[in-house]
Amino acid sequence: MANVTYRQALRDTLRAEMLRDENVFLMGEEIGLFEGSYKITEGLLKEFGPRRVKDTPIAEEGFVGAAIGAAMLGLRPVVEIMTINFSLLALDQIVNHAAKIYGMFGGQASVPMVIRTPGGGGQQLGATHSQNVELFYSFIPGLKVVAPSTPAEASAMLKAAIRDDDPVLFLENLALYNTKGELPAAVEDIEPAEIGRAAVTRPGTDITIIGYSRMARVAAEVAETLAAEGVSAEVVDLRSLRPLDRATIVESVRRTGSAVVAEDDWLTYGIGAEIAATIQEGAFDWLDAPVRRVAMAEVPLPYAKSLETAALPSAESLLTAVRDTLRATGRTLEPAR
Amino acid sequence: MTETVQAAPARNRRTSGTKTSRRGGAAKPAADAETLVGYYRQMLLIRRFEERAARAYTEAKIGGYCHLNLGEEATVVGLMAALRPADYLFTNYREHGYALSKGISADRVMAELYGRSTGVSKGWGGSMHLFDAEARLLGGYGIVGGQVPLAAGAALAVSYKGGDEVVMCHMGDGTTAIGAFHESLNIAGLWDLPVVFVVINNGLGMGTTVEHSAAEPELYRRGAAYRMESARVDGTDVLAVRDAARTAVERARAESKPYLLETTSPRLKGHSVVDPARYRSKEEKEALKAADPLARMALELEEAGILSHDDRDKLDAEVTAEIDAAAAFADQSPSPDVSTLFDYTYATPVPGELRRLPADPVFGS
Repeated sequence: MANVTYRQALRDTLRAEMLRDENVFLMGEEIGLFEGSYKITEGLLKEFGPRRVKDTPIAEEGFVGAAIGAAMLGLRPVVEIMTINFSLLALDQIVNHAAKIYGMFGGQASVPMVIRTPGGGGQQLGATHSQNVELFYSFIPGLKVVAPSTPAEASAMLKAAIRDDDPVLFLENLALYNTKGELPAAVEDIEPAEIGRAAVTRPGTDITIIGYSRMARVAAEVAETLAAEGVSAEVVDLRSLRPLDRATIVESVRRTGSAVVAEDDWLTYGIGAEIAATIQEGAFDWLDAPVRRVAMAEVPLPYAKSLETAALPSAESLLTAVRDTLRATGRTLEPAR
Repeated sequence: MTETVQAAPARNRRTSGTKTSRRGGAAKPAADAETLVGYYRQMLLIRRFEERAARAYTEAKIGGYCHLNLGEEATVVGLMAALRPADYLFTNYREHGYALSKGISADRVMAELYGRSTGVSKGWGGSMHLFDAEARLLGGYGIVGGQVPLAAGAALAVSYKGGDEVVMCHMGDGTTAIGAFHESLNIAGLWDLPVVFVVINNGLGMGTTVEHSAAEPELYRRGAAYRMESARVDGTDVLAVRDAARTAVERARAESKPYLLETTSPRLKGHSVVDPARYRSKEEKEALKAADPLARMALELEEAGILSHDDRDKLDAEVTAEIDAAAAFADQSPSPDVSTLFDYTYATPVPGELRRLPADPVFGS
């Protein structure tokens, strides 16, 4: 099967969905003539024309709201917000409207809309362009938030998001766009994923590492390193932040007895806090050590490379936290330092 | 009758504050007696409905916020008379009258205010969030300006599908200061969307006057920034409103062009039921009585020999009975069952959705 980049998988999936359903159309800043800030929509204006690939003015609140209104009348807009940082300008439309319209009016209108947007730091973009605020949306009933980590997942989940009748925030990551992976089939034949299911992407017995998006990839890398040292780490890729697949998390931790959460957002009140609380409630009697969280340092992310690198979670920081946790369980396999 | 601004830049006129243009010496728009009495009846229905809602609020039958259309009746009926049944309406939280005039029964509107399962939004929305898919009332919205981008998007969908419906979008005068208003007008202008934005200017955003919040208090002139045709009309004159709205709606339908219409009318009471409007002077309150559109139309119909005092009383009794029945219907309707609490979070069911009440544990029952 094809080995493609995350970017290519997204682009080809958008194209396949537009060919499949006339009601699917794209909106966003610079997605047409410019072909996307990250080139996810490359060639699509040429192929589908301006009716289906709409360049918008710089007006996040306006065009996200317009997408919601169009979705209420049965279209399936896929909106690109250039980075998740700019989604804050559309917060009212996403939180007070997209998430509320189905419930607030007693189920009379749904909002089948997708907002695609990348998070991620590490590109020296400074404090306002390097945040991971998916938490804001994961907090809100009525929204769905998915965060695929591989090209295959990206394709299957984008299909699911487009065909879903609810507003879905589809979280991408700047650091993942160029990563490669196998697709299980030709893009048009890939089965849509089921939103709301986490995956055990690597089975293990000694400790559970839980991550999503970029940090799910980092977790896999760390598990590989640990395997060479004789440690069997299980990796859970959350894939969906809302709904959260609590059963898969708790089942895994009950088997391994310890857990580390790897997240790209800030620690305080972050995604990891919810995961840790979930483990506490669902696997308290099985825990051999406190749940650890690896997260961004609590600062506005600095520009200087030395500071930025120090602030961001990495394979090294995750490895340290995993080793600490294993030691705390008293079942560490590595020699004491 | 109406002040109109073409797409060209506005002339540098002296502003007249919120003083509205009246029909003045211009020829009165034509309407037959039956139509006029029909409009009057709708206006009266709104008046009696709102009075009843205010009473029910003080009786604690209605909770939350409750904003009334008192003083706005001619605007409501005039605007709705310009729409076809298939046209879509987005409005704000001061909306009971629009729901009634869009053809929804007083029973179902009152039941929504009472929070009952027979309400238009099944008790999920309340006074600020009326919605009826069949009547194409696509929502009252409680966040100032929230409905404006949605309406532009609905118009985009109409245009995408090649339909001939028009979207009308209401907002208060205060909304013209919010970013969403400007972003949406820009988008509607840019994309030639069939949407009519209506600024219902009652002179006050809660207690803040238009002059206090708008650098250009002739609000309809804001259309010029988006090369959008716009006009201001006396919102206490039902026929003037209807005709101005028809011009806007039919232009949107025929040419797929947006339009900005401003109506001016008094808000006879406070911002909401609980607001005693102490910020208004005695003189202002006195002047409001003279501006009452319902009293004005009653007098006009009587003078024209169309509706006598007695006939008016009969009509009033009929309308009052209808409202009494609506209140009784609402009162007797069941509250939504708690078992339906999780029915409307998601349209597509998903695994992992937590369906727990506050004291329930996350795991186990």
